[in-house]
Amino acid sequence: MLDKLKDFLSHFFVTGEPMIYGADVAILLTLAGIIFVLTYLKKWKWLWREWLTTVDHKKIGIMYMLSSLLMLFRGGVDALLMRMQLAFPQWHFLDSNHYNEIFTTHGTIMILFMAMPLMFAFFNIVVPLQIGARDVAYPFLNAVSFWLFFFGAMLFNLSFVIGGSPDAGWLSYPPLSGMQFSPGPGQDFYIWGIQISGIGSLASGINFIMTILKMRAPGMKLMHMPLFTWSVLASCIIIIFAFPVLTVTLALLFIDRFFDGHLFTMTGGGNPMMYINLIWMWGHPEVYIVVLPAFGIFSEIVATFSQKKIFGYKSMVFSMMIISVLSYFTWVHHFFTMGAGANVNVFFAITTMAIGIPTGVKVFNWLFTMFRGRIQMTQPMLWTIAFIPCFVVGGATGVMLSAAPADYQYHNSYFLVAHFHQVLIGGVVFGFFAGLYYWWPKMFGFKLDDRLGKWAFWTWNIGFYVCFMPQYALGFMGMTRRIYTYDFDMGWGPLNVISTVGAFFMGIGFIFQAWQILHGIKYGERDVTGDPWNGRTLEWSIPSPPPHYNFAVIPTVTGQDAWWTIKKERKKKKAKETATFSPIHMPKNSGIPFIMSVFWFIAGFGLTFHWVWMAIFGLTGVGACLLARSFQYNSDYYIPVDEIRHTEDSVGRVG
Amino acid sequence: MHISKLIILSVFITIFLAGCDSRYLILNPQGAVAQKEYQLIIFSIILCTIVVIPVLGLLVYIVLRYRDKPGNKALYRPDWDDSKRLEFIWWGIPIIIIGILGFATAKTTYDLVDPPKKDVKPLTIEVTSLDWKWLFQYPDQDIATVNYVEIPKGVPVQFVLTSDAPMNSFWVPQLGGQLYTMPGMAMGLWLQADHKGEYFGSGANFTGEGFAHMNFKVKSTSTKEFNQWVKQVKETSPALTKADYSNLAQQGLSLEKSYSTIPKGLFQEIVIKNGGQYYSQHHHMKNEDMKIMNVASEKQVHAQHEHQEGGN
Repeated sequence: MLDKLKDFLSHFFVTGEPMIYGADVAILLTLAGIIFVLTYLKKWKWLWREWLTTVDHKKIGIMYMLSSLLMLFRGGVDALLMRMQLAFPQWHFLDSNHYNEIFTTHGTIMILFMAMPLMFAFFNIVVPLQIGARDVAYPFLNAVSFWLFFFGAMLFNLSFVIGGSPDAGWLSYPPLSGMQFSPGPGQDFYIWGIQISGIGSLASGINFIMTILKMRAPGMKLMHMPLFTWSVLASCIIIIFAFPVLTVTLALLFIDRFFDGHLFTMTGGGNPMMYINLIWMWGHPEVYIVVLPAFGIFSEIVATFSQKKIFGYKSMVFSMMIISVLSYFTWVHHFFTMGAGANVNVFFAITTMAIGIPTGVKVFNWLFTMFRGRIQMTQPMLWTIAFIPCFVVGGATGVMLSAAPADYQYHNSYFLVAHFHQVLIGGVVFGFFAGLYYWWPKMFGFKLDDRLGKWAFWTWNIGFYVCFMPQYALGFMGMTRRIYTYDFDMGWGPLNVISTVGAFFMGIGFIFQAWQILHGIKYGERDVTGDPWNGRTLEWSIPSPPPHYNFAVIPTVTGQDAWWTIKKERKKKKAKETATFSPIHMPKNSGIPFIMSVFWFIAGFGLTFHWVWMAIFGLTGVGACLLARSFQYNSDYYIPVDEIRHTEDSVGRVG
Repeated sequence: MHISKLIILSVFITIFLAGCDSRYLILNPQGAVAQKEYQLIIFSIILCTIVVIPVLGLLVYIVLRYRDKPGNKALYRPDWDDSKRLEFIWWGIPIIIIGILGFATAKTTYDLVDPPKKDVKPLTIEVTSLDWKWLFQYPDQDIATVNYVEIPKGVPVQFVLTSDAPMNSFWVPQLGGQLYTMPGMAMGLWLQADHKGEYFGSGANFTGEGFAHMNFKVKSTSTKEFNQWVKQVKETSPALTKADYSNLAQQGLSLEKSYSTIPKGLFQEIVIKNGGQYYSQHHHMKNEDMKIMNVASEKQVHAQHEHQEGGN
């Protein structure tokens, strides 16, 4: 009996790796620390009332942001471990198995659990404020989305210490990811971690489309919307078409693994190519899902800090819409080397190149927004300016990759690795950083320190080029991705050392940013105006941080740059308007999204270990939560006028 | 700030000067196929530079000229947000450039479907990616090798690729681009070496634990030397038996090996075993390979019959 238990535990927990034991200890200590602090300060109730049950889009956005920064840390540590291992030829820092797990989790986490939630953070925090709304269209669903993402991410991360991490690459191609070549729970963690959080992403996509279409302030026509809101709309349109594909693909993979199906093996009439087609039908649009909002962020920032209207607004909107359609016609460029034949390759080569056109147009529009403006070198603007050369070069290498016969040489090489890191870091990460610095005062009511910010900026940027430029060269030298070691005689050593040094520079950049946040909490310059940057859009018209009903009085919009216009008019009139308040209708907090997601987690855990009883228990819990919600009639309330007046007074606004 | 620029500059210089180094395999093509791909690479770099350089120049100029400094006399027009003429230029130029590159891409793509030389009888080599090694069979010479290929220079070689393990990708950068090896499918890739020499080949698609060690050598020699080598292999190496193959197909690494004969139809059997019978439409293969596969499926059917009869 005891032996049986021992055997089970040694499989259940990941054993045999000193680093993992270290992680076990760290996780237990952190958990104990959190529990102790919450108990000591008697904050459990506060945590439940203010955060776990909240349906306030701003708080949900902040939770998205914090979890995503945490995931950035984890994915970043993964990256540094990999770079350490690759620094020298025949270096024994990690073994093959461990390395494979690390690059798989690095990719998955960075895209799905870092970039996506950080993007949703901006959706949540900014969109309702920019369109003059008091909430999103479905606040309860919004909370469900967040908690599904959160518990999906937790499930995925758990594989690190329980059961073993997935190790078949971030897109898990079969047959490698099938039962035959990947027994054990790793791949199932992958499937269910992504599946659960994916449902949340799809719901968010629907939620924000509805929010943008239905909840805009009176007078705000579609062509009056801020470009960030436009980019969110474009991105959400892609989400609602792409994520169902992912859900189905992973479900089919699970059928192969759990029910011994043959959907993705040739024996039995399936086809692995089908999986690769399906996963990239999601995977390529996914790239545009995360990069379009970054484009939106840059558009806001470049206009604000050039103190000028955005150049070519219509062109910008048009190009984003084209991208959202074209993004569905490029997926095959991820496997030009799969022998699809010349006609198919030529078609997808040209559609891929074509997407470079609307993207390039945006760069020119940003440049000409700065042209004849007055450029203020604030932190958000620094990241925006750094983004342009980085993204232009990354885009150019993307066009190079899209020439199919040339891709036969680049495919799966470090050239490719360098390219997608350049567009994803240069485009998405720089964009989201720019957005964080830009909206930080709005979220928290204080600015982040400039000096530390500049250190972070330069270490990140220098680190980036030092890390990834050598990788283009390594690609030309024939180095393939995902190898954990290489021989001396290839001559790949020196460039790999340089690349590793660069990666550590970026790590230092991240430390500066963490420091900047801690520093800001204590010493940060408080924003009492609500409009620290002299902004142009409606989010800057309300106090920072905004009261939970956002707008005491919903503004009326007459054109683009609504807040800019209002400010100009006020200057002319010089008189203060007196507002008349009316009671505000708001949704009530609810614990159901949190509890339901816990049940999803339990179900996912059961399915991962193929423990059917546990999966049934979890899914029953999910059903019970849905049922409970359908009987919840008392789910909203009105904020009385007195309370609004009181809140507005306390933030220095006269009612 | 200037330190950072210096670092970036030095990195670029290292990379570009190093480009002349023969270890930059892709930039040192040694065969007709790789040469065509190399030309397209260079052409695409030039076309991209036409856009990238002006944009970077423009960025530097604009940022320096329009900074918000006291005393900056540059024109400031906060409401100027539209110019049809400018937008026409930057929608137009990329369309033209993409058009040119698209045309070049299409041309090269179609070129690579055919053998690089049509007046020479091509050599066929059947490649199987295993966990974690490469098996090469020479059907016409009736020999086989592991993790090592020898080819005559100046002769187009059709590599027929499959896998008896997770899918991989067959890549010899100096001879030409890669193609996936997939279980149950056989796909053709033309390569050719124009000079004598030894070239680095590797599996480019991740296949698990031993993936990093899936490298192989390609040696190109004169036709005479090649024939001598074949003869030598026939004389000195053991025969490959089905049992040897099953051992080879087990997970694990392998040294270079050679075999004097191969069991008849082994390659076809591998393809069929992994579901090749379900994959009848070989639209991307030449007629010759179609023949291979048709023979194979007939054989398979025959073998199944025999098996059943034996069972009875």
